[in-house]
Amino acid sequence: MFFALDVSERDGWQVVGVTGELELATAPRLRQQVVSLAGADCVRVILDLSGVDFIDSVGLGVVVGALKRTRGRGGDLRVVAPQERVRSLFALTRLDEIIVVADSVEAALMASAIDPAGSSRPEDQRIDG
Amino acid sequence: MGEVRLEIPARPEYLGLARQVVAAAAAVEPTFRDERIDALRIAVSEATTNAIEAHADLDSDERIVIRCNLEADQIEVEVMDRGTGFDAELPAMPDPTASDRLDNEHGLGLPLMRVLADEAEIRSDEGGTAVRLVVYRTPRS
Repeated sequence: MFFALDVSERDGWQVVGVTGELELATAPRLRQQVVSLAGADCVRVILDLSGVDFIDSVGLGVVVGALKRTRGRGGDLRVVAPQERVRSLFALTRLDEIIVVADSVEAALMASAIDPAGSSRPEDQRIDG
Repeated sequence: MGEVRLEIPARPEYLGLARQVVAAAAAVEPTFRDERIDALRIAVSEATTNAIEAHADLDSDERIVIRCNLEADQIEVEVMDRGTGFDAELPAMPDPTASDRLDNEHGLGLPLMRVLADEAEIRSDEGGTAVRLVVYRTPRS
């Protein structure tokens, strides 16, 4: 199964591009990447899932863990998921209420942060790129 | 109409194969819409992930059996493993705003099965666990 990670820097954010299927066999690699970034004090992270053609609960769990690692250190995590089959899972699990889910890296960069206390409305965070 | 049976080693690298076989079987006949097949792929992935993890917990090298039964108006998939102690209740989706939500990376698999499959049932006893998933060709409200 092809799976690849690519890390780049953009406007002070670490953009982690994910390509392939994000599930039990591959998710540990993404988790390790986020742990490495957090360990290096890089806690403003954008997960670019544009190249992900499948994600399940294990992949979503790693995203939740990444959110905790970044916000717990004063940073933030945002997700890029332009394709409906991935994006719909963030809606179905309501994770889009606590994570910015954008259509492009540019839109993720421009998005307002979601208040962890839940005072901001999730529909305000849906920015098309 | 037809039954497809797959046995896989209980290892994560075979999870994708299980999804591929079930999705390919669903695409044969009748023609299910892509979103129906996507829902089935995710539900099967969740059930098979649980089975793989159950065998890992038991340190079992027995194979996981996936049976796919194609009918004119539905697909029934059963994922069978040797794990026990499975809670037969399918929980609701956890509240993402709960104060402890970020403490747990798990907890989405069973709710996703419940939401994505038109029927989802878990049977568990000393001999193992069987998860039965049914996806209709046309969702019934």
